Amino acid sequence: MMLIKHAARTFLLSEFVKAMWLTFRYMFRPKATINYPYEKGPLSPRFRGEHALRRYANGEERCIACKLCEAICPAQAITIEAAEAPDGSRRTTRYDIDMTKCIYCGYCQEACPVEAIVEGPNFEFATETREELFYNKDKLLKNGDMWEQEIATNIKLDAPYR
Amino acid sequence: MADLLVQFFQWAFGVTLAPWLATISGIVVGILAIVLPLLIVVAMSVYMDRKVWAGMQMRRGPNVVGPWGLLQSFADGLKLFLKETIIPASANKFIFLLAPALTFLLALVAWAVIPFDVGVVLADLNVGILYLFAISSLGVYGIILSGWASNSRYAFLGALRCSAQMVSYEVSIGFVLVTVLMTAGSLNLSEIIMAQKDVFWGVNGYWFTPLFPMMIVFFISALAETNRPPFDLPEAEAEIVAGYQVEYSSMAFALFFLGEYANIILMSAMTSILFLGGWLPPVDWAPLYIIPGWIWFFGKIFFVFFVFAWVKATVPRYRYDQLMRLGWKVFLPISLLWVVLTGLFLLLTDKIPA
Repeated sequence: MMLIKHAARTFLLSEFVKAMWLTFRYMFRPKATINYPYEKGPLSPRFRGEHALRRYANGEERCIACKLCEAICPAQAITIEAAEAPDGSRRTTRYDIDMTKCIYCGYCQEACPVEAIVEGPNFEFATETREELFYNKDKLLKNGDMWEQEIATNIKLDAPYR
Repeated sequence: MADLLVQFFQWAFGVTLAPWLATISGIVVGILAIVLPLLIVVAMSVYMDRKVWAGMQMRRGPNVVGPWGLLQSFADGLKLFLKETIIPASANKFIFLLAPALTFLLALVAWAVIPFDVGVVLADLNVGILYLFAISSLGVYGIILSGWASNSRYAFLGALRCSAQMVSYEVSIGFVLVTVLMTAGSLNLSEIIMAQKDVFWGVNGYWFTPLFPMMIVFFISALAETNRPPFDLPEAEAEIVAGYQVEYSSMAFALFFLGEYANIILMSAMTSILFLGGWLPPVDWAPLYIIPGWIWFFGKIFFVFFVFAWVKATVPRYRYDQLMRLGWKVFLPISLLWVVLTGLFLLLTDKIPA
């Protein structure tokens, strides 16, 4: 009896028919994917994306060239050189991040005592050449200016958990 | 077609075409009238395939290029066209380039005998079905040549798998064809379609007869013959990268790709001709004949192609020994048995077509 049942199942392709009916019904289900370039998924305030160097509201650079980020960076992607600024404060003359080395661990952001270097919410910074991914201070400051609003909101949202 | 051209030239330019010129140009116009729409259909079928596949996996599929992504295939084609054709240093250059051209050519040549409507056929061969069978058998050459000429292990393994698979499944396809042509009493595709008119209770097509299991066998063999999932072992990505296509790029790859899809549509067309009644409406009811035959034919091809894509989205890939077991130990005996049964039935009920 089992044998007949099994043979009937095999020859009538009943399992295939069932599977095909299942996939057919799935075709009319709502899509699980989002329409990416036009629609984006939600990001956590802690999202670690592209780096940025922030400024104070009066336009002064936050970075005090303490080099803690450079020291903690496990990928050794950060290079900093410092000098005395005309106003007598300690400032960076060079702040480079090699984005091809960076592993986006967020330690630089954790190490920074003045919340100068942060990883912003931007993850769409692909480039056509490798060289474009060697960020210098200008690029990082520009990112900071461009993303300041989002970064500030994220820091505020995350503050209760720190 | 030749007569029409002569009339057209008479009317448009006032010149009478020489008979030989009229014949040749008639054939050329006929070929273009089949091949150009066919290529567009191939491009759209790639799009449809991807869309159906995506839909069944709850994805969106191509939707950026053109309205609803309709132009995706053309964008892909353009991309391939602009790429560099890389010929491996150790490849046999001539054969390496011959193989994709051969695959593509054979996929197109087979369409010469496909009847699109009453009398709308480029070459109304009285052995059309044999011609189709021969051409689809030749398709192995394009693949095995590419595998050999690439001088690459993956390509060679893929080509070996592919040729073994195609040869195995051609056997059962051959027997399925025998049952159909015994019942229809002709090797001419148009006559096979006409024989399917009103087979039972006004339904057109052999799928409504005890030949239905043969349609399933034919369809599954067609999947194997065109290297479609679940029988896409020749190009199994996980095992042998892309099989015989692994060394190909640019237009050479595009030709393989187009040839593959043209073959799939050809197999869909053959399924519709042999079992679904070709350009006949599904039921033998007069008002349905108002809709032109080629629309019915196109609709049937569309349906069969949809099932091709549907199967691809449903069934996981077979193991190679399972594939061979299915071909030789299941399909061959079943189709052989059905040949005998059909013959007996026709003999005993005295229904052998004249």
